[in-house]
Amino acid sequence: MIEIADLTVRFGGVIPLDGMSVTFESGTCGLIGPNGAGKTTFFNVLSGFVKPATGSVRAFGENLLAMPHFRRSRWGLRRTFQTEQAIEELSVYENVAMVHEHSKQGRSTRRSDVLGAIEFVGLQAGPETKVGTLGARDRRLVEVARAVVGKPRLVLLDEPAAGLPDEETAHLAGVIRQIPEHMGALVILVDHDMSLVSACCGVTAVLDFGVVIASGPTADVLRDEKVMRAYLGTEEIV
Amino acid sequence: MEAGGVVTRLGSSLGPTRLRRGDVVNVVVITAGVLFVVLALPGMLSPYWILTATSAVIYSVVALGLGLLVGRVGMISLGQGAVLALGGWVGARLMFATSLPYPIILVLTGLMTMVLGTMIGLPALRVSGLYLALVTLMLAGAITVVLLDTNFPNGGHGFIGYNDISTGTPPSIRRPSIATSDPSFFRYTVIVALLMFLLALWHIRGKPGRAWAAIRQSEPAALAAGVNVTVYKMWAFALASFVTGVAGALLASSSHLLYSYQFPTSQSIVLFAVVLMGGIYTLWGAVVAGVLLQILPGAFTVWGISSDWATILFGVGVLQVLTTAPAGIAHQLPRDLAKLGRLIFGLAKRLTPAGGRAR
Repeated sequence: MIEIADLTVRFGGVIPLDGMSVTFESGTCGLIGPNGAGKTTFFNVLSGFVKPATGSVRAFGENLLAMPHFRRSRWGLRRTFQTEQAIEELSVYENVAMVHEHSKQGRSTRRSDVLGAIEFVGLQAGPETKVGTLGARDRRLVEVARAVVGKPRLVLLDEPAAGLPDEETAHLAGVIRQIPEHMGALVILVDHDMSLVSACCGVTAVLDFGVVIASGPTADVLRDEKVMRAYLGTEEIV
Repeated sequence: MEAGGVVTRLGSSLGPTRLRRGDVVNVVVITAGVLFVVLALPGMLSPYWILTATSAVIYSVVALGLGLLVGRVGMISLGQGAVLALGGWVGARLMFATSLPYPIILVLTGLMTMVLGTMIGLPALRVSGLYLALVTLMLAGAITVVLLDTNFPNGGHGFIGYNDISTGTPPSIRRPSIATSDPSFFRYTVIVALLMFLLALWHIRGKPGRAWAAIRQSEPAALAAGVNVTVYKMWAFALASFVTGVAGALLASSSHLLYSYQFPTSQSIVLFAVVLMGGIYTLWGAVVAGVLLQILPGAFTVWGISSDWATILFGVGVLQVLTTAPAGIAHQLPRDLAKLGRLIFGLAKRLTPAGGRAR
């Protein structure tokens, strides 16, 4: 469980997060909102790249904000980025093993953990394939494998399906849905693709101008009038 | 349990101890190359070329260090020429001051230069790209100024170890007792260089190499993957400084005496250019860079051309490499040779079928 209370981030006069409060219990949780709503800033706060002005983040009872950023991965926080960041010059195996090396897991289980994660995401390419030679879908899958290897506790996925065609998004949805059960992690999914969010997330929260304007079961949230207004703009258009 | 089955199947095709085919080819080529260079080459070269080849081997180690920083981690240091000078200074001072066995001198010089060179790398924690290049260049300039003032040790007393000898020849910096002649010191240098390359390869293939690759791809992504970016950046500077320090000690012994004017600040820039030319993404690039840096000016001198022309050639070379082969000559040459081979083979095939059938 992760509890966010009164989280505010200021970049000069811009306030991307303005007293954000939300609790994600378990499973795969969605976080949606229009462009500029503060979703990626929220992830950057959790990763330690951005220091909030106020607020607290308690993840599984621990104060996440007190940890140095590179320590958070060791604690069990993983994330993917909007622009995919798999390491081109390394093989699939090395890409995933690299994350495992910096986790709490020991060397003895590395091979089986890494190959298990590659298998879990359903990557067809062999583990020794160079990531630079892979297509967009496979690179995304390598990133997800990096995010789930070595017993993560909290997995942040930032638009993992960006730029993927529908059938590949469907495969990704299947993988993301299984992360909590198979890897035992809480997943927070940020995406603009509502079909992906609906398919993966039991609960969803909606950010707009740095404030959570709705949260609850995904189907209810997507029907919420305030949410539709935030997405579609003015009332007149609705 | 189904997944377990797949894991074992995948696992069998990916033994960590199994050598890849490319590795086997590399090992065979390198072993043959080193055996040729160590056993046969000194006998084929004149004294002048033996000294030049020794310098080429030493500078390939310097290029190795810079290649690690630029090619693996993406940090541009224009201070490596100064680090080499520091290595030379420390090595010379240790050799005059102590009677320690030569290999121990080399290791100590490497370690001391490592500490100094890592300090030069400290700005890398705050700045990157052009600004890091500039800061390291200014530090290199500062070191050059200090060296001009203090000179390299020549057997004098005290910390500086310099005696202003106006007449007679100063005592020379020693060489290992098993390799006092030029050909044997050349062999010794090749072996030490090989060890430095293996040390670098061991790092690149291991945990640090993967962490560096992550940092080069994206620092935030590396942090998010749990890489302590500060530690691994400093680690790269430490390793680069260590090998450059060892190279400095070898250089001191090779020429028996070092002079401040041998290490102008501009050397670091030329070094960077030539390392780019050689190729920063493979270790072969460092070998090519060492050859370009020393053999080319050496050849110019023999041909009666000023060796300064090499600098102009390096400038043109960098332009050519950056526009046609960003991975450098080490990548371009085998590729183009293979192309040429295919072309010749294709031509030969097209010309021979009639004759082939007649037979």
